Amino acid sequence: MWLFFHKLGSPKYFYDLSGKFLPWFGGLTLILMLLGSYWGLVVAPADYQQGDSYRIIYIHVPAAWMSLFVYIVMASAGAIGLIWKMKMADVVASCSAPLGAAFTFLALVTGSLWGKPMWGTYWVWDARLTSELILLFLYLGFMGLEAAIDDKRTAANACAVLALVGVVNIPIIHYSVEWWNTLHQGSTVARVDKPAMDVNMLIPLLIMWFAFMFYYGTTLFMRARNEVLYRERDTAWVKEMVTE
Amino acid sequence: MGLLPKHAHRRKKLGLIVMMVMGVGVAVGMVTMALKENINLFFSPSQVLAGEAPKDHTFRIGGMVRTGSVRRSNHNLEVAFEVTDTAKNLPVVFTGILPDLFREGQGIVAQGKLGPNGTFIASEVLAKHDENYMPPEAGEAIKNAQKIQATLKE
Amino acid sequence: MTEFFHMGGYAFFVWTSYGLATIILIANVILPIQRKKEILNTLKRRLRREQS
Repeated sequence: MWLFFHKLGSPKYFYDLSGKFLPWFGGLTLILMLLGSYWGLVVAPADYQQGDSYRIIYIHVPAAWMSLFVYIVMASAGAIGLIWKMKMADVVASCSAPLGAAFTFLALVTGSLWGKPMWGTYWVWDARLTSELILLFLYLGFMGLEAAIDDKRTAANACAVLALVGVVNIPIIHYSVEWWNTLHQGSTVARVDKPAMDVNMLIPLLIMWFAFMFYYGTTLFMRARNEVLYRERDTAWVKEMVTE
Repeated sequence: MGLLPKHAHRRKKLGLIVMMVMGVGVAVGMVTMALKENINLFFSPSQVLAGEAPKDHTFRIGGMVRTGSVRRSNHNLEVAFEVTDTAKNLPVVFTGILPDLFREGQGIVAQGKLGPNGTFIASEVLAKHDENYMPPEAGEAIKNAQKIQATLKE
Repeated sequence: MTEFFHMGGYAFFVWTSYGLATIILIANVILPIQRKKEILNTLKRRLRREQS
């Protein structure tokens, strides 16, 4: 295990291994996305209260879950980079930030597009919406800080600290609907008893969630490989690869 | 030989970074405090009737639309209804277009002011929806089951 | 079929959401592909310069 961890830290090993996984991840993403969208938009029944508008859930909820998941990955990778000075961990953190920002943005906008017809407003400053907006600012802050510092090492360390401070926001987002009165409703899937959703509506939601997970894997690999290629530009193996 | 200015430059940058990180930390801390203080979006009818809500400026109320309390005006968009938290009821008037989910028994959040006669004059009505998702037939079945149970209790 | 696109009257909200998701998801695939081309081109040019 430790050996594997160490090997992953080697840029060339990562580049070769991720290259093998990439087509599989990409293919799975595409299949799951198409299946989930078809099931969610066509097969799943309309909701008893919200009619067809609830179908936005198949974008909104996976995007919102990913916005939290990616942040946790980013902060963990940042911490690993900070403590063990592992270059690959810095690369993972740095490449996760724009993807996490994209998921957060998507969750916010689709939520807004869902809120207008159902709640009657595009935006309300309730705890759930506000904390998710703060998450977007944390991602953008991470990217801004990284761009502002020339030295890669210093940039990675500063960004890792920022990401770790921002971790406070993650439980706040998740529990906001329980701790305070919000316009946003409580959890449907992540709850102690069974999900409060018809099976035929739940299955496409889970498929879309898997699709988003594989999508993140795919795009993270693509970005990380680019970063590795650039950082290792003076090594023999990259030069060899370029000349091929 | 060009070495010292670079150092000063670096030191300045480091200071900038420390300040940025501290700034973000303070911001997050303040947000957390603010969230603890007063992030509740609305007051319940019980809280309003107990005088906990602000008197002279707008605030939000939240609760369920009491079944059988909705009266619509014939000649304009005025709607009158009562919001309940099952303990207390608060009369509300609103003129305007209601969200699609507005119906009796539905959770709502309304923004407005308390009128002199104790009626809440709403300027905006938002519908809250529950975390349950099911096809219309299933919703109908549950409603019927609840009705049967209610009649059995009586 | 028209009923499907109508989305029970919520067409604008549903299709805008799915449309935006499609654009963002595809953009995040295209961007790294372009970046890779860019990097490879730069490295190739650099290598040629070094060799000559």
